[in-house]
Amino acid sequence: MVASANSTQSISITLRVWRQAGPKAPGKFVDYQSANLNPNMSFLEMLDVVNDELTLKGEEPIAFAHDCREGICGTCSCTINGKPHGPGKGVATCQVYMRAFRDGDVITVEPFRAEAFPIIKDLVVDRSAFDRIQQAGGFITARAGSAPEANALPVPKPDADLAMDAATCIGCGACVAACKNASAMLFVAAKVGHLGLLPQGQAERDKRVLAMVSTMDAEGFGNCTNQYECSAACPKLISHDFIARMNRDYLGATVRAAFKPESMASGGGA
Amino acid sequence: MNLVGSLFGSSIGRKILMAVTGVILIGFVVGHLVGNLQVFQHPDKLNGYAQFLHNLGPLLWVARIGLIVAVLVHIWAATALTLENNRARGSAYGVKHTIRATLASRAMRWTGLVVLVFLLYHLAHFTFGGVQAATFKASLAPHTMTADYSVAGFPVIKAGATVPDVHAMVVLGFQNTAVALFYIIAVGLLSLHLLHGIESLFQSLGLRSEKWSVLLRRAAAVFCLLYFLGNLAIPGAVLAGKLPPPAKAASAQR
Ligand code: HEM
Ligand code: SF4
Ligand code: FES
Repeated sequence: MVASANSTQSISITLRVWRQAGPKAPGKFVDYQSANLNPNMSFLEMLDVVNDELTLKGEEPIAFAHDCREGICGTCSCTINGKPHGPGKGVATCQVYMRAFRDGDVITVEPFRAEAFPIIKDLVVDRSAFDRIQQAGGFITARAGSAPEANALPVPKPDADLAMDAATCIGCGACVAACKNASAMLFVAAKVGHLGLLPQGQAERDKRVLAMVSTMDAEGFGNCTNQYECSAACPKLISHDFIARMNRDYLGATVRAAFKPESMASGGGA
Repeated sequence: MNLVGSLFGSSIGRKILMAVTGVILIGFVVGHLVGNLQVFQHPDKLNGYAQFLHNLGPLLWVARIGLIVAVLVHIWAATALTLENNRARGSAYGVKHTIRATLASRAMRWTGLVVLVFLLYHLAHFTFGGVQAATFKASLAPHTMTADYSVAGFPVIKAGATVPDVHAMVVLGFQNTAVALFYIIAVGLLSLHLLHGIESLFQSLGLRSEKWSVLLRRAAAVFCLLYFLGNLAIPGAVLAGKLPPPAKAASAQR
């Protein structure tokens, strides 16, 4: 998708990388020259090559997070030339190829920057704040055991499709990194929207949106200013329509929570 | 959290407050402009209208307090959210890059701030007379109505009544080129504020979607352009000499 040319001409680049030894250590940009790169190698392979050279020289290799290298795990959090996941649309860092750059380019690589994503080392950030938001309500409390019969709960096709759009979120954090305010609204909206569109998610729908938003706020993410940088940077191109849906859900849940009667019974009936 | 706590204490709640107060303020500025455009008619019109509003008495104060509360909540939410947003970034990016955020959306804090300064000047100018006192309505000869001023068919201000000459105050106020230009710039920036604000409020209230987002964006742009042109017309016409000061007001000033 990023391919702009089918060139086989090798390229040389200057890599300007954020180096930071640890969470509390001061960080700075360091330049590395890298020559003779195959344009069809991936961005992460280029980092591997640079790291091999650093190791041979006895220097500390650049720490970067990666896992699947095929755009499905959301681990590869890098900001390339100011854009999370680099050039291209709808791809993760691991799906960026060196042919997206030109010979002689200076490529600046830095971590995702957000107070809620503290830097662990170099390009690696701690995104466990997302896990805590998920744990606050990003699931359906269900009977464990054998899978239910698939057609027991009918789901209209348009709802299933929309829920699937939201479910493609890989929790990478690019939305936070791209947002001018480091807001996590797109991620949370994708989770809330995904479960809120399905019949299985209805019972806990109000509780979920209230709990996930309140955890999101407590984790120190910023607030949405509706500039839609998030959805433009999202490797899954998740629509900011889900943010509007979450805003509506949140307002409804807040009003209902204020007026819904609660049971006065103190016993459990047993 | 209870209802009030959720609205005032959460990220989304504050955005909703900002959107709702924004709607109230938009309603006000539109009504205000429509009323002001009567300056292009006989002085009876604007003067009768102003007197009618003053005669509302306690009702006028209900509206004023509502607007003051809306402005305060709007600015409070904007400030609280902005401070959190600045904190949330942590360390700044080495390379700053914008993918698609519009200029209007990125300038909200600055356009909002200029509007606030303008609002204070505007109140001092036409409501309290703290600035440009020589042309304040209280220092001008009153206007004698030549015809009835009617609202919804009811003659609320009768012919022959003497009322403050607001029409002359407006025209004389804009004789000062610097003041007229300041008004034009300020309403231009307010229009820019609303260009993002209108689109944004639909999203904050959960009413925007991809299906009609293009229509919404265009409608907001047309609205803001019309709003700007309407506002430009009044000081613009005075600067261009199309709205001359009435002879008796000009002589009263001497
Ligand atoms: C008086 C000083 C003002 C300041 C400091 C101010 C500031 C702001 C800020 C920072 C935002 C948030 C931008 C964003 O989230 O993208 C905003 C939104 C908005 N403002 Fe203002 N503003 C002011 C006056 C006004 C006035 C007079 C109006 C209406 C005529 C208005 C209408 C709106 C609307 C409709 C929004 C969108 C709400 C939303 O994001 O959902 N503002 N303002
Ligand atoms: S919404 Fe998109 S950018 Fe945000 S975490 Fe999910 S996949 Fe990543
Ligand atoms: S490494 Fe898994 S998405 Fe990039």
